[in-house]
Amino acid sequence: MRPAAADSPPTSAELRELALSESEYRSAADQLGRAPNRLELGMIGALWSEHCSYKTSRALLRRLPSEGGRVVQGPGENAGVVDLGGDLLCCFKIESHNHPSAIEPVQGAATGVGGILRDVFAMGARPVALLDGLRFGDLADPGQRHRFARVVEGIGWYGNCIGVPTVGGETYFDEAYQHNCLVNAMCVGLVQRDQLVKARASGPGNSLLLVGADTGRDGIHGATFASVQLDQEAEGRRPAVQVGNPFLEKCLLEACLELTGDPDLIGLQDCGAAGLTSSCAEMAQRGGVGLEIAVEKVSRRERGMTPYEVMLSESQERMVLVVRRGSEERFRTAFRRWGLHCEVVGRVIEQPLFRITENGSEVAALPLQLLIAGFPERHPVARAPQLSSLVAADPLAATPPWSPEDAWLRLLASPNCGDRQWIWRQYDHQVGDDTVLGPGGDAAVLRLRGRSDGLALTIDSAHRSVGLEPRRATAIALAEAVRNLACVGAAPIGITNCLNFGDPDRPEIMWQLEEAIGGLADAARELGIPVVSGNVSLYNQFAGRGIPPTPTLGLVGLLPDLSRRLGAGFLAEGDLVALVGAPGAGPAQVELGGSEYQRIAYGVLEGPAPELDLSREARSAQAILAAIDHGLLSSAHDCALGGLAVTLAESALLGGMGARISPPLDPPQESSPNWRFGLLFGETQGRYLVSLPTGRLAAAAALFAQFNTEFAALGSVGGATIAVEGVAEIGLEQAAIAWSGAISAQMDSSPSPQR
Amino acid sequence: MTVRFGIAVFPGTWSDRDCAHAVELTGEVAVPLWHADRDLKGCDVVILPGGFAYGDYLRAGAIARFAPLMEAVREHARGGGLVLGICNGFQILCEAGLLPGALLRNSSLQFRCQPTWLRVESTQSPFLAACPPGQPLRVPISHGEGRFYAAPEALAQLNAEGRVALRYCDQNGEISDRANPNGSLQNIAGILNQQGNVLGLMPHPERACEALLGSDQGLQLFNSAIQHLAALPG
Repeated sequence: MRPAAADSPPTSAELRELALSESEYRSAADQLGRAPNRLELGMIGALWSEHCSYKTSRALLRRLPSEGGRVVQGPGENAGVVDLGGDLLCCFKIESHNHPSAIEPVQGAATGVGGILRDVFAMGARPVALLDGLRFGDLADPGQRHRFARVVEGIGWYGNCIGVPTVGGETYFDEAYQHNCLVNAMCVGLVQRDQLVKARASGPGNSLLLVGADTGRDGIHGATFASVQLDQEAEGRRPAVQVGNPFLEKCLLEACLELTGDPDLIGLQDCGAAGLTSSCAEMAQRGGVGLEIAVEKVSRRERGMTPYEVMLSESQERMVLVVRRGSEERFRTAFRRWGLHCEVVGRVIEQPLFRITENGSEVAALPLQLLIAGFPERHPVARAPQLSSLVAADPLAATPPWSPEDAWLRLLASPNCGDRQWIWRQYDHQVGDDTVLGPGGDAAVLRLRGRSDGLALTIDSAHRSVGLEPRRATAIALAEAVRNLACVGAAPIGITNCLNFGDPDRPEIMWQLEEAIGGLADAARELGIPVVSGNVSLYNQFAGRGIPPTPTLGLVGLLPDLSRRLGAGFLAEGDLVALVGAPGAGPAQVELGGSEYQRIAYGVLEGPAPELDLSREARSAQAILAAIDHGLLSSAHDCALGGLAVTLAESALLGGMGARISPPLDPPQESSPNWRFGLLFGETQGRYLVSLPTGRLAAAAALFAQFNTEFAALGSVGGATIAVEGVAEIGLEQAAIAWSGAISAQMDSSPSPQR
Repeated sequence: MTVRFGIAVFPGTWSDRDCAHAVELTGEVAVPLWHADRDLKGCDVVILPGGFAYGDYLRAGAIARFAPLMEAVREHARGGGLVLGICNGFQILCEAGLLPGALLRNSSLQFRCQPTWLRVESTQSPFLAACPPGQPLRVPISHGEGRFYAAPEALAQLNAEGRVALRYCDQNGEISDRANPNGSLQNIAGILNQQGNVLGLMPHPERACEALLGSDQGLQLFNSAIQHLAALPG
């Protein structure tokens, strides 16, 4: 074999294209003992990109707790795995596809779903649910409506075609996401313990197989593209966006799941960001071996592709397998049955090297250590911006623009508080016959076949105050997700996280990242929930302006008794309405800082983030679960976005019945004349709005007292209005019109242009 | 007697497992039928389930109709055997010429997954004979191309021959535009062939077989077929 030919040193423009700095280049050359050639440089650039290496966030991510009695697999594999008991495991992960979705919304969103599905079935798990976390700009803008509609279409198209239900999600609109929408997709799968597959290569001489789509020129530099800022030229990067084929992936999924029990299958890995380069390098590194690939064996979509293009293509719907030598034909036959190409493209070697040959000539040879772990970790300076005057501002000082009733209806009619059915009716949320509670509630619930318990899933993002107080606002996201699970009757067992931030080289953004991770780490530790998988998406920035920091959390929980599950809607007229976990149900506690009301009424973000008491949160979640287990409650709903008023209206609208509550109204002396707005719309944490039959009142009061959790019966279900006595009252019908049209009225009356 | 339900699996089919589950709930046997085989494995009923057979490239069902399995299905139908096409299966039956008409893109131009109510219009079919008359069935839909269309003569014939099996209605059984989720002509959700042994419908009865999942009224279609077969001589 000829050694890889040397090339001339790369120009700074070439390095920029690879998102490599001069010093990173020098470090690579030093470790290699020679100048890398162009192919090698491309491989290094891809694997050292933020997207693959986490070189900027890695040190911070180590702070997240990933241990726990149920954890089978923490971060580092394709997806995290927790034990559901009875030899059943749950694999799950969330990932971003923000940049591609900003440029080509349908394909960007669709391939985000396709990628996260592969991460889960690569572990041998059958995907049983998808969720998504979305962020867009103001829906009043036709361009945003277009992008939103197309992203929803892309998510639906992929999930619907492949037959995995999209059971939940979270969508939020804010002008700050105008140029950089966020598309985070989460997949949850189930696998029997003995079928779990690891993505590692082993056994020199064993074969490397590539199966699925042919390799084309699409998506080259996708990983790198995800690691730089979007700009005016981003449109020109459309070739860096991949094109999805859910039909092919469905065949790939079924074929892979047929093979997972095979003793000759050694490792399975999806080809995601940075294509063959990262999938193979990661597999080899995990197994402590090397790999050799003969690029001419890779079946291609186009003629004349160079080794560089083959190795860095991000063509979708491809998987790599390591199989025991001699069993190749059996695997090829199994794939052929599903109409899939499968080629032996390489083999495992003993030396920890990644070697690429083309027709017998070596074209690249890189130590795996260099590729996977050789990047210099980056520790950009973090510095808190001057925010104290904003944090100290009194959100109640400004004159309210609307009456309480008017504000209430406006909130219900806003896309952030309104009904999301326009989105999820476009998603198949039932296929698989396991969806017990679909989208539209606090958390989705799936049954587990042959068992009496159930699985609960939710996605939540940080409170809007995250720009001012990222630590507390991120912890709030976790507390809220835990409440969402508790509302349906489930206790949390694992977290996956997707950290969407701006350019970490800006000190204030690095500070946000540090604080947010710190907040998540503290809260996860305090609440005892491991973080088992995740993804970091940096450089969410357009023309120098970063998005608000957006940590998105996906949580998996277990309901001990599926038959006890609860919904968020009121169930029966005459039931009592009560507030649980409220440090103060009345105006004594008024927290409008960063609230949705503040955003809509004043368009500002100021004032302190709501207080968060994690031990109180843990206690009240326990109490709610106990109350549900004892069959004391008719409904439970997390009191969050839009405060008590929006929560009450949602429970009323979901149940199709009115309600009247009378919280104590004795405003403290020093309180603002605008305290009514704080009472209605303040986003005080830790609260649940529940309903219960009158006959259960005494038992419920006793139970909550036992858990040292506040419980206050405030009113009852019934009537044609939704009322907070002495403060505001709106008609149920009027509220229904406002709420149900919040998204659909804007989307359906002025459709964005069809493709 | 055990009834054998054959469940077709094309590449891209995804309701096969749900259909098998529904069949198992009835206590009968579900047998997977591979698209590339011509063998119905002695099945009494063939179900063409939902999904995106062969990716639905070209047109939904347009490629699936050429599958080797479909030759056997045609043969089975010709001999009076029961065939149930659900969602993509209905599209395939139309493309294969076993049922008239076509399923066009929803009038909303969007995919729709939602509960619907179905009025049973004809109990002439073995799949519907056991449905209690006048009681609408709650069965969900999940499709992007479910708007039933047939040319005026074909539509008139379907009506005249009592072959409109199911129409979308409200929960009181009233037919209205509001209750029509996809713009289907005359709210048609399902139709029969001339002999009544082939039923195609867009809604998913296999998703409505357990109260836990929202409705168990879809089970009536499966039970009806089982009762019909049990009553056959021999």
